[in-house]
Amino acid sequence: MTELVAYLVAGIALGSSFALIGSGIVVVHRVTRVVNFAQGSIAVVGGMASASLLSGRLPHGLGELVAVLLSGLVGLVIGVLAIGRRGTPPLISLIITLGASMLISAGIIWLWGQDPVSPPGLGGSVTILGASVERQRLLVLGATLVAFAALGLFFSRSYVGKALTASASNPWAARMVGIDVRRMGLLAFGLAGVLGGLAGVLLAPTNAVSFYSDLPLALSGFAAAVFGGLTSPVRTLLGGIGLGVAGSLTAGYLNGSYQTEVALLLMLLIMIVRSNSFSAEEAK
Amino acid sequence: MLHIDDLVVRYGSAVALDGASLEVGAGEMVALVGPNGAGKSTLINTISGLLEPSSGTVRCEGRVAQVPEGRQMFPDMSVEDNLVLGGWSIRNRDVSEVYDLLPDLAQMRKRKAGRLSGGQQQMVAVGRALMARPDLLAIDELSLGLAPLVVADLAEHLRRLNRERGTAVLLVEQEVSLAFDVCPRACVLEAGRVIAAGPSAELAQSEEVRRAYFGDLAVAATMTGSMTEVSR
Repeated sequence: MTELVAYLVAGIALGSSFALIGSGIVVVHRVTRVVNFAQGSIAVVGGMASASLLSGRLPHGLGELVAVLLSGLVGLVIGVLAIGRRGTPPLISLIITLGASMLISAGIIWLWGQDPVSPPGLGGSVTILGASVERQRLLVLGATLVAFAALGLFFSRSYVGKALTASASNPWAARMVGIDVRRMGLLAFGLAGVLGGLAGVLLAPTNAVSFYSDLPLALSGFAAAVFGGLTSPVRTLLGGIGLGVAGSLTAGYLNGSYQTEVALLLMLLIMIVRSNSFSAEEAK
Repeated sequence: MLHIDDLVVRYGSAVALDGASLEVGAGEMVALVGPNGAGKSTLINTISGLLEPSSGTVRCEGRVAQVPEGRQMFPDMSVEDNLVLGGWSIRNRDVSEVYDLLPDLAQMRKRKAGRLSGGQQQMVAVGRALMARPDLLAIDELSLGLAPLVVADLAEHLRRLNRERGTAVLLVEQEVSLAFDVCPRACVLEAGRVIAAGPSAELAQSEEVRRAYFGDLAVAATMTGSMTEVSR
């Protein structure tokens, strides 16, 4: 029982990071119809940058904040490359994000080397139902919930958030009322960068990241986003947490190296199960 | 206030507007009529800046807002959010003026726009355009898919808007009788060119209008006195 609780909490924390990465994919896809495959690389940049900044004696909080903002900037640059030129088809933009992901991996190796990095997180642990749980994992869950609540408020209450939603809902009408849909797309890429960076910053203290973490993170985030139909941040959160728990239980009771395979398998199952609703959405 | 001169718009190799010229004065209500494919929507979308002309000029002394064909709502957003976004270009979020002019909108402000009837959506589309405080309201197919009573109500709102605020109206409309009834002046567009312009009452009797809508047979029929049958 104690073991199970520990695996569940670890899975929820891991899944929260997947959900943050996935929600970035959702935000970009809703506004631009582009799947941003560089989202995993951005998370790695966030984790790596926070490690460097904290070791450079920046205090906790500020170091993580700067790393998240830096990730947002990376996201924005990817956006400029992917959709900056007017009329770029979504498929070409998707390939550009794949290329950007590879470029970022090369940059990570150049800047931080090939070894996994794990910055210091929130130390200590608490006992939940007899299981010892790292406080960092609870921080991940708490920060994710706050981030999703803030995201919900941003989209539903703020003027810019409503303009982003309008650009996603009906780009033609959005242009007609004077909203610069391309600029909204860039904003979505920047926002996705912030979400990816936050995921990396929160995840790295408990799960060391390196240049090759990008693909598993991108795949897991994409699986969570697919669970949300590439449109719903809330369902993406649920999908991410489900995926994290499944991966944690697999690692705990079977073998840790199967985690990515589990993510891929789940994504495949979700796509098969949800193929009807995807077809209906396409038909609309 | 709106000056369109020798406008050419192409979709690839297809010519949608072929040297169209048009004037709308301040506070004037002008109808733009013509058959399907004449280039009416292309013209209105070019005026709104949604399409780039290949050549020619569009000059407007004031703000233009468009009520598009098919309403083009943000369907999952509330009526009020649709309205608020209409004021994006001038950062106007005060919906009270629009509610004063179109009180029905205030009653449905929390409903999702996608769940409204066609007439209600058209009302939202007009209200959304008014949020930009336009000097010229360009309306593409006001009556499309709407019941006659709803259209009459919307037409009355337009007249009131023009009367009370001096907003100029360019009304693109398939329903010629409605267009001529609402607008004192009209233009006829055919194959991307304005082929006739003048007072609506005169154009209603014009052969060009009949030819543009019904073809040469209709003109011949008019000459033999059987136009009434064709029109009906």
